[in-house]
Order: sequence, then C-alpha cells, then structure tokens
Amino acid sequence: MNDKQNISHSEIVLQIKDLHKSFGDNHVLKGFNMSLYQGENLVIIGKSGSGKSVMIKCLVGLMEADSGSITVMKNDITKLTQEALDILRADIGFLFQGSALYDSMTVRENLEFPLRRHSKKFSKNADTEALVLEALTSVGLAHAIDLMPSELSGGMKRRVALARTLILQPKIILYDEPTSGLDPITAKEIIILMQDIQKKYNTSSLIITHDMDCARVISDRMLLLIDGIDYAVGSFATLSASKDPKIRAFFKN
Amino acid sequence: MSGISKIKDRLKAFLIELGDLSYFTGRFFREVFKRPFEIKELLGQCYNMGNRSLLLVGITCFIIGLVLDLQTRPTLMEFGAVSWMPSMVSISIVREIGPIITALVCAGRIGSGIGAELGSMRVTEQIDAMEVSGTNPFKYLVVTRVLAVTLMLPLLVIIGDAIALFGSFLVENLKGNVSFTLYFNQVFDSIEFGDIIPAIIKSSFFGLAIGIVGCYKGYYCAKGTEGVGKAANSAVVVSSLLLFIIDFIAVFVTDIFYDL
Repeated sequence: MNDKQNISHSEIVLQIKDLHKSFGDNHVLKGFNMSLYQGENLVIIGKSGSGKSVMIKCLVGLMEADSGSITVMKNDITKLTQEALDILRADIGFLFQGSALYDSMTVRENLEFPLRRHSKKFSKNADTEALVLEALTSVGLAHAIDLMPSELSGGMKRRVALARTLILQPKIILYDEPTSGLDPITAKEIIILMQDIQKKYNTSSLIITHDMDCARVISDRMLLLIDGIDYAVGSFATLSASKDPKIRAFFKN
Repeated sequence: MSGISKIKDRLKAFLIELGDLSYFTGRFFREVFKRPFEIKELLGQCYNMGNRSLLLVGITCFIIGLVLDLQTRPTLMEFGAVSWMPSMVSISIVREIGPIITALVCAGRIGSGIGAELGSMRVTEQIDAMEVSGTNPFKYLVVTRVLAVTLMLPLLVIIGDAIALFGSFLVENLKGNVSFTLYFNQVFDSIEFGDIIPAIIKSSFFGLAIGIVGCYKGYYCAKGTEGVGKAANSAVVVSSLLLFIIDFIAVFVTDIFYDL
C-alpha cells in the first residue's frame, strides 16, 4: 500500500458538509462538501470568483456561512464560542495570499505575536526566542530576524509568513495562493518548503492555487470547485485524464 | 423622479452609515472593559499620537496665539481696553480656540493616520491574519487607538493652550511692553475652573470622535488602494464635521450650567 492509499484510511481532520454562502443575490457556495485527511495535501482549484477564498475564510471563522457544517478536528466551528474558536485557531495555520505580515513589527515581533496570544499551548519554560529562531531556520531566514517586512522581498515575505504560520505548530495549514505573485524560481522554492514542512511536522494541508505546477507537485488529491460545488475530486493524474470539458479546461496548458 | 430617487438613495446610505457608526461606537464601549487589556499597545499608541502630534499642535497654537493677539489688539486699543487683552485672549483660547484648533489638527494628523493604517491593514489582510492568530483585532487595534486619542487630546489641548498664550504674550511684550508676570497674572486671574474643566471634557469627546471615525473608516475600508485613500480622506472630513457638532452641543450644555 503506498502513502496516498494510507492517507485515505487515516483520520478526517477537517470536513465541510453542504456549505452555502451568498452575498445578496450572488450565491457563491451552493452546497460545497470536502474532507481533509490527516497528513494529506489537498489542492483546491477553481476559477477566480468561484468561492475558494470565501470557503477558506468560512473555514477559520473569518466569514459566517449561511448554512452547512464545518468540522475541524471534531469541533463544529459554526457552533463554537469565540473563546473556543480562538483556542482551536492555534491548531490551524493560515498562509495568506499577500503574506499579511504586520508592517509595523519586525520579523521577530511578527513571529512572537501569535506566540503571546497562545502562550497556554506551550510550557511556561518555553523559550520564545528559541521558538522564533527554529521557525525562521526552518524557512531559511534566521538572518532576517530583526528586519522590517518592508525590507524583505516578496519571496522572503512569504517565507516569514510561513514561519509565522508554523510557530504555533499547527495540525492543519491552509494556504491561500501560496505561489501567486512570485517568480517561477521562488515559487518552486516555496513549494519545496511546503513539502518539507509537511514531511517534518506531518501537517494536513489545504492549498488553494491557480498554479498547476504547484498542484501537480504537491497534491495528494485535488478538488475542483466549479459553480459553487465540489465538482470533481481525485488525484492530479485522474483529473488530468478526464474527458469532462469543465475539468479539461483546467488542464489545457 | 430620478432626482428624488437619488436623494432617497443618498439619505438611505447616510442612515445606514450612521447606524453602522453607532453600532461600532457601541461595540467600542462593550469591548473597552473586557479582558485582555492591551496595555502595551495602548501606551505605544499614546506615545505615537501624543508625542508625534506635539510639534504640529505646538506650531499651530503658537501662530494662533500670535495672530489672535495681533488681530484683536487694534480694536481693543480703539476702545482703550488693551489692558483686557490677556483676559480676553486667555478665555477665548481656553474655552474655544485651543480645543477646536488642536482637535482639527489632530483630526488631520491622527484621524487620517488611523484611517490609512487600519485601511491598509484591512486591504493587505493583516486584520484577518490577526483574527486567525486568535487575537481580537477590534480590541487590539480599535480600542487601543480610540482610547489613546481620547486620553491624549486633552493633554495636547492643555499644552496647545499654554503655547498659544505664550504666543499672545510675545506680541503683548513686543507691542505693549507687558512683562511675563503681569501678563500671566492677568491670565490666571480671569480663568476659572469653570472654563478649564468643560474644555477638557469637550476635548475628550473630540478625541473619542476622531478615534471612532478614523477606526471605523479604516476597519471597514473597501478593498484596493483607492479604498485606503478614501478611508483616510473621509476620516478627516467626517471627524472634522463631527467636531463642530460636538462643540456646539458642548457649548450649549455648558451654557445651561453657567445659567444655573
């Protein structure tokens, strides 16, 4: 049995059932379903405006879904109190499309910020400095610890954002367009980094991307979000061989 | 018909905005007493807003003091009442000119700064990142900033008043050979607590208005760089307008107390 077969038999860490979300008359999600298994890399692909970002924001409670259930590590987040949701968020890392580093803070302070908020997750003797350095070392940017975000390149910002995501040692990492806006070489470095992180920390990853190279390299499974629903799910090889014109459109090039 | 429907739409949009702003203000008062208290961020914002506005407030108030004295002097001389100058200037500055000028300067300096900062944080998803990391961004960003302006504005007004009075003294000293002691003796003889306390309370409300409007505009900024510009701009316009409304109400209420 190979690794990918193992994944399908492992525990579901994140599940969305019949998710609906509308903005006025614009029905973005119309009964979306998905499951993410422990240790899996699930890539979600869809056209711009298809609701990928809305879905991922509903997932972490940044947006409220109209209906449906979102279960993260056996917790239905639509029913959690704000306090319980904040605690659960320590186990969910989120890499934003534009990195979203705090402009007014140094790299060190950016990484310390979530640590201070979730100090209960670590022992009292945990050395903040060591945790920050470990996270930065894992993305190869220990030397940038005292720089401001404005002094970093796009690729470096993405790496620091990844380090900030990693510092709380999350069980699930959500990537929103991790390679967008980066040159092909830097994008490739980020993809390799994501793979390394997945291997090192055995995290489950949900990756939203338009980058088919990224999807091909990193995905265990892919999900196509079309017309607000989970239109097709399968491996890259399976989907790329599909005859369905809607699926084929994604693999044209 | 289209003209009427345009007016209706604008009125509706205005009322919705007013409702949202009221809700935002209510949320501020709900959150301000809840834990955790972001003391470090609050102190940082107090320093940022107070210290960095001081020079601008100081220069503006100094010039206002000079100009007020220079403009009023000839008229008072005509009536042989130039000796009333310190009393007149001090009451004008302490009761009205000092607070409103300082507040207007701060609406431009602090209000636009908050609007642009929070707007840019919203657009670049930094506020979302904060929320995802388990921090309440309203408490960390909004409550601290609004509190900082509310606390710092009265202090800036006191310093601004003193500088404006010093400006006025310089004119009196140069034109009328009035000594420092004589000028400020007259100033303190004519000012009462009834002049200072309402001005300080009014300044706190000015600060609250600047903070709330700046934060509201930035926090709910539309996506894109244009949205950030609009947030900064409308933070200044709306808060400046609010300052005059609050000023009118404050003077009206103070007047009632004076009559009692």
